Amino acid sequence: MNHWLIVPVVLPATLAALTVLMFRHHLFLQRVFSTTGTAALFLISLGLMVRAGGGAVEVYELGNWPAPFGIVLVLDRLAAIMLVLTTLLALMTQLYAIGSGWDARGKHFHALYQFQLMGILGAFLTGDAFNLFVFFEVLLIASYGLMIHGGGARRLRAGTQYVIYNLLGSTLFLFALGTLYAVTGTLNMADLAVRVAELGPDHSALIRVAAVMLLLVFCVKAALLPLHFWLPESYANAPAPVASLFAIMTKVGAYSIIRVYTLVFPPSLPATADSFGVWLLPAALLTLIFGTIGILGAHRLTRLVAFAAIASMGTLLTAISLFTEQAMTAALYYTLHSTFATAALFVIADLVRAGRRDADDLITPAPAPPARNGLLAALFFAAAIAMTGMPPLSGFAGKLLVLDAARAALAMGPIWAAVLISSLVAIIGFARAGSTVFWKTHPPDPNPAPDEGPPRTPGALALVTGCALIAPLILLSVFAGPVTGYLADTSAQLYAPQGYISAVLHTPGVAE
Amino acid sequence: MELLVASAIGLLTAAGVYMVLRLRTFPVILGLSLLSYAVNLFLFATGRLAINLPPVLKSHSNIDPAGYTDPLPQALVLTAIVISFGMTAVIVMVSISACLASDTDRIDLTPAPGAEAEAGEDQPEDRR
Repeated sequence: MNHWLIVPVVLPATLAALTVLMFRHHLFLQRVFSTTGTAALFLISLGLMVRAGGGAVEVYELGNWPAPFGIVLVLDRLAAIMLVLTTLLALMTQLYAIGSGWDARGKHFHALYQFQLMGILGAFLTGDAFNLFVFFEVLLIASYGLMIHGGGARRLRAGTQYVIYNLLGSTLFLFALGTLYAVTGTLNMADLAVRVAELGPDHSALIRVAAVMLLLVFCVKAALLPLHFWLPESYANAPAPVASLFAIMTKVGAYSIIRVYTLVFPPSLPATADSFGVWLLPAALLTLIFGTIGILGAHRLTRLVAFAAIASMGTLLTAISLFTEQAMTAALYYTLHSTFATAALFVIADLVRAGRRDADDLITPAPAPPARNGLLAALFFAAAIAMTGMPPLSGFAGKLLVLDAARAALAMGPIWAAVLISSLVAIIGFARAGSTVFWKTHPPDPNPAPDEGPPRTPGALALVTGCALIAPLILLSVFAGPVTGYLADTSAQLYAPQGYISAVLHTPGVAE
Repeated sequence: MELLVASAIGLLTAAGVYMVLRLRTFPVILGLSLLSYAVNLFLFATGRLAINLPPVLKSHSNIDPAGYTDPLPQALVLTAIVISFGMTAVIVMVSISACLASDTDRIDLTPAPGAEAEAGEDQPEDRR
């Protein structure tokens, strides 16, 4: 067994505990250890991605229990990509948190951050449905702490909503898992795939209920339209580095949909065939439209970005809901792109807010910040181009892939119309916000009120990470060829689940 | 017995959903607790209901599966109980601090976000 597979779970767990126990009063040591840990996680993930690139599915059996009985961690190409994506994003947002001083505004930022990473990485690696639930809870409970980091009345109230919404989601998750177990008698995902395929038609009613309930849970995470209400208020009020990291949280929902609905309930399965495909695509398109309307109506930059995140999830889920190999490649590419685009925009919105005293992040004319308005405007411009899907950045390639994959679909007309029109509307929304915030400035008040100090100017590290978050968007479009090559291999692997199933079920436990 | 357990789960769920839809944090937290009781009972029943049967093997030979109940749901329920207990503690703490910080225990966020007035009112905490 390759013990590197368990490191992405064990390392952050150990670091988080150490941080709380040993350096809870030493911010500097916390920063050093936490950042080093995240950087190490990134390198390990890169190594795992290289290993998974060969196409073999690696299995790690916890406690040497063979698969249907014990819990397994599974590394395939999809898991490896998500690991690299998460750790790279986490490293950059953590540097931003340090550079902007966000981590000093409350206690235990770094410990919670490591627990959050443990939950996310574990959710990507696990091959067991109940274990997936447990990792969801780990990442959620850490995110509750991060969400209200720094305090403030509005943030706490938004946090309360966020916690309640997710607790309801968790309850539904448990109901779905219970139903699954009652029908199949197993919770290992590979074993589930085998058992569900063997089910007779007399059991199909319950399994359909389980499949749809499970999908609803993942849709809550992925902020699909009727279940998205938690997102705008939470993301807009979360501390900027946390909102930026949360860009990956919706992707956890998308990842779970991809994993479970290619492996356990593939669309070709007769028992569950018509139960979710029919409404997933319309809901995804509505999500896209709703998010775009939100972009147009937002009063604040952070809310604008939150709605842009919803719209990007709409595009992503549109691609997923086509359930073809080509569409899956597009969905994975769009996942990589939209994670970094959302994260970059949250960071830039926070940089803008830092220099704008009373105007905060409201989209209104305000005095120009004394320094670096031009740089921030350029960053916002680049990130907005990526998010709305204009060339040359990766949003364009991503949307092109989605549109291309939709050509073969029955619903090609609505999909093309929704994606193209919403892109146009999003461009208008972002152009309005950007020109109001950056161009409609008036000279600063020569006699500022005596009680106000100089406006906060973001530190160099914060600005550098703001720029660095744009870099993956550029790299994704420059190296779009090799990246889509790897992603095409990934979706080929997803659509040939036999390799995954036999790797999990036929790896023997190590003999005593 | 199936009817009794099923209706108990149904009643708990219905009551929980009703409470969750209220506007203030206290009933909502009560509703979440009721829902977690319902789901724990439900998980317990997924291994089929059996009376007076042990979940743990007594001996290694002569095992008759009919003499045992499914142990896995019991382990799942234990995990679910621990998690929901912890989560309830978290939501209580978060909502208490939200209530203390804003002098209200309403769930909804009023006034409408983006209103000009609130910018000066709610955000100064961020400027420390």
